[in-house]
Amino acid sequence: MIIYGTALLAVCHLLGIFIGDLLGQALGVKTNVGGVGIAMLLLICARLYMQKTDKLPKLSELGVEYWGAMYIPVVVAMAAQQDMVAALRGGPVAVLSAIAAVALCAVVIAVINRTERPADATASTPMPHDNPLLTDAE
Amino acid sequence: MLDILKDAAAHNGLVTAFAVVGLVVLLSGQISKRLTFGRVHGSAIAIVIGLALAYWGGIKTGGHKGLADLSLFGGIGLMGGAMLRDFAIVATAFEVQATEARKAGLVGVVALLLGTVLPFIVGAGIAYSFGYSDAVSMTTIGAGAVTYIVGPVTGAAIGATPDVMALSIATGLVKAIIVMVGTPIAARFLALKTPRSAMVFGGLAGTVSGVSAGLAATDRKLVPYGALVATFHTGLGCLLGPSILFFTTKALVG
Repeated sequence: MIIYGTALLAVCHLLGIFIGDLLGQALGVKTNVGGVGIAMLLLICARLYMQKTDKLPKLSELGVEYWGAMYIPVVVAMAAQQDMVAALRGGPVAVLSAIAAVALCAVVIAVINRTERPADATASTPMPHDNPLLTDAE
Repeated sequence: MLDILKDAAAHNGLVTAFAVVGLVVLLSGQISKRLTFGRVHGSAIAIVIGLALAYWGGIKTGGHKGLADLSLFGGIGLMGGAMLRDFAIVATAFEVQATEARKAGLVGVVALLLGTVLPFIVGAGIAYSFGYSDAVSMTTIGAGAVTYIVGPVTGAAIGATPDVMALSIATGLVKAIIVMVGTPIAARFLALKTPRSAMVFGGLAGTVSGVSAGLAATDRKLVPYGALVATFHTGLGCLLGPSILFFTTKALVG
């Protein structure tokens, strides 16, 4: 059943947020610490385990893959609700610090990524999923 | 007639949002193919259209949630809100190759730390040069340069003034927008090709919204790797901002 996949995703999501909130409270910061990241790790582990024990039918997988494929539309909706007016009204301090921060980080990213050995680069072409329909859709 | 249609759309907000976003994606796909001959990724154009609509919505209503402030497009707020965004991000983890993620573990952590400290130093330094020379304001604006959530959380914790808070949020927003739009353009310079490079990017560029949108517009396959690291960014920033970073700044400027 397709809902099993979506439910698995939902459980991982909730569990991750919960652990992130607990972590935040334990560290004394009024925010969630890495909840989404923890949820992602839980989902990765769940998939590995269920694939090994053969408990993951294709239809259940689709229940997760649908939401993964909805990712870009969701991001477009997210972009459409940014507070653009406030961002542009921030004046030179906001714009300058943002540009300078991004530029410095970009240089560091470029430097770190150029240290990656090319052998690694060729060996690691990620394979998103084995559903040709979804691959086409992207 | 038109009112009935308007009502129907407003009462079915999320469904309207699906239709509107679908239309935007369709339109940007056509623009990408016809006008740029595939050189600019369709998702990048869709995100820019989204930001433009957000600006239009903000001007029109004077609100803070872009297009979602127009009652007709209220569903956009749900569709692009934190809940569904995080749900979709977690779903992309289904595609992660565990071996790849593990290989980049350490470099991801290093990138995460650098991605918090470097923007903070730059932001605090620029704030200082513009006359915000007290430790609280410098820390708040510096934290804003990490992400637009870290800024206000830090500011609230150390007692910053409202105008400095606004400035801090604006800094983070401008950063997120630059990352969203700039990533596909700078992808070659950043050497964004592999899962490892996406994790480095996720750690250093910060802001889940910027990273996720920037990677989506560059290469959809890299999204989960970048997002996996970037989601720790806000937590780490909120952890370091009001503590180590604030105390260090205070020790330096008095």
